[in-house]
Amino acid sequence: MKKLLLLALPVLALSGCSSSSTWGWYVINPMTPGGWINIKFLISGMGDTILISVIAAALSIVVGLVVALPGLSKKRGWRLVNRIYVEFIRSIPLLPMLFWVFYGLPIIFREMGLNIPIDPFWGAVITLALSDSAFTAEIYRAGIQSIAKGQTEAAQTIGLNYLQTMRYVILPQAIRRILPPLANQFIYIVKMSAFASVIGMQELTRRANELVVTEYRPLEIYTLLILEYLVLVLIISAGVRWLERRMGSDERG
Amino acid sequence: MPAQTQPRSTQAIELKGVNKWFGTFHVLKNINLSVGLGEKVVICGPSGSGKSTVVRCINRLEEHQEGTIRVDGVELTNDPKSVAAIRSEVGMVFQQFNLFPHLTVLENLTLGPIKARGMTRSEAEARAMHYLERVHIPDQARKRPSQLSGGQQQRVAIARSLCMEPKVLLFDEPTSALDPEMISEVLDVMVTLAEEGMTMVVVTHEMGFARKVADQMVFMDAGEIVEQGPPEEFFGSPRSPRCQKFLSQILQH
Repeated sequence: MKKLLLLALPVLALSGCSSSSTWGWYVINPMTPGGWINIKFLISGMGDTILISVIAAALSIVVGLVVALPGLSKKRGWRLVNRIYVEFIRSIPLLPMLFWVFYGLPIIFREMGLNIPIDPFWGAVITLALSDSAFTAEIYRAGIQSIAKGQTEAAQTIGLNYLQTMRYVILPQAIRRILPPLANQFIYIVKMSAFASVIGMQELTRRANELVVTEYRPLEIYTLLILEYLVLVLIISAGVRWLERRMGSDERG
Repeated sequence: MPAQTQPRSTQAIELKGVNKWFGTFHVLKNINLSVGLGEKVVICGPSGSGKSTVVRCINRLEEHQEGTIRVDGVELTNDPKSVAAIRSEVGMVFQQFNLFPHLTVLENLTLGPIKARGMTRSEAEARAMHYLERVHIPDQARKRPSQLSGGQQQRVAIARSLCMEPKVLLFDEPTSALDPEMISEVLDVMVTLAEEGMTMVVVTHEMGFARKVADQMVFMDAGEIVEQGPPEEFFGSPRSPRCQKFLSQILQH
């Protein structure tokens, strides 16, 4: 009997039936003025989370392509440049890279006599873009390699140079294979942007941390935080699926 | 046709002592071949004999390691300028057509003239329609390649090469990927081109076509030119046993 009660205890706790002192959903109850203020405080981090992610993704898409192209070269030296970049960047955990960019990079800039301050926002953007670019480079490489060699040859025989061949023949075909995994990668960026909280960026996670310190309601506040990311990611997923459908229907002509 | 009696200086294509290795595999062994302006050369031989590689060396889709290749007097070197100059004189038709699937037939034809030659869209389209009429499919201009039959696709590919107005056309097994009933529509176009005086190097097993248009027959085996001569001699009294065996095999049915 006692054992049964012990088993029932966590269930009771989750259903909110245990003593009121362990639960505090009031901190984020939109019906009370205090709860509403807290919710607004938490959700207003959404803008920075989205902005950091979007800018980082845009940079990563450009840098990734620039890194991918030498990886497709016939010359071994160029391929080596690509391999070193990808393997090196891919092996650095995000958090150490963030510290290096935010605390270390300004010192290098200073030594070089450059006055380029790095605030938490750009520190996060640069780190996320850099870290993600190794993965986007691999996505580009796979997508471009999946286009038959004959396409490049045909483009060469009608006089197109390398950049024209990429721009008018290869990339338009590769893009439908590249875009879905690229969009998927965006989901990772959104989630990884939580690390920006560590260097003081007041995005979603930082705000949740700050509120936990003052309210001491970690379960409730972090639950809401998780739901915020869930909503963001679900929206992106829907976008990815829409994109895939559109690409698919394009293919059929 | 006065092709064989052309003086040396007007050779359209000249290969002298060309050697090529894929790794340690000796694919081309001391190839000597000259093609006069307006001359039609048909190259045949068993698969893996290097016949496609010869053709692909002429417009630098493959690099030769020894010997010289001249097209219209210009020597093919590693200098990108020489490669570009030669490619602008040489058109190529592939076994797998290699049309650009994301573009319409008309766009396939105008891409080179617009991007590589700097023609205006309307000039390029007028030229494209002219050549589509020559290959008897002007009504397919707005379609995608995937909506056409194999024979139609190959004719579009021929028209695409013609739009660059090359001095020489290379054909790499142009009918090998086609269903039997579509072979003749492609060969008909090629015969017409030949009759109009186009310089052509054709890798094919279509011996009826060869008899009809070839000024010079070339038989290759194991990377070397084994037999070479005018078609009457070549088909009538082949000297080498390898060539006799090959001809008896492909002319059996």
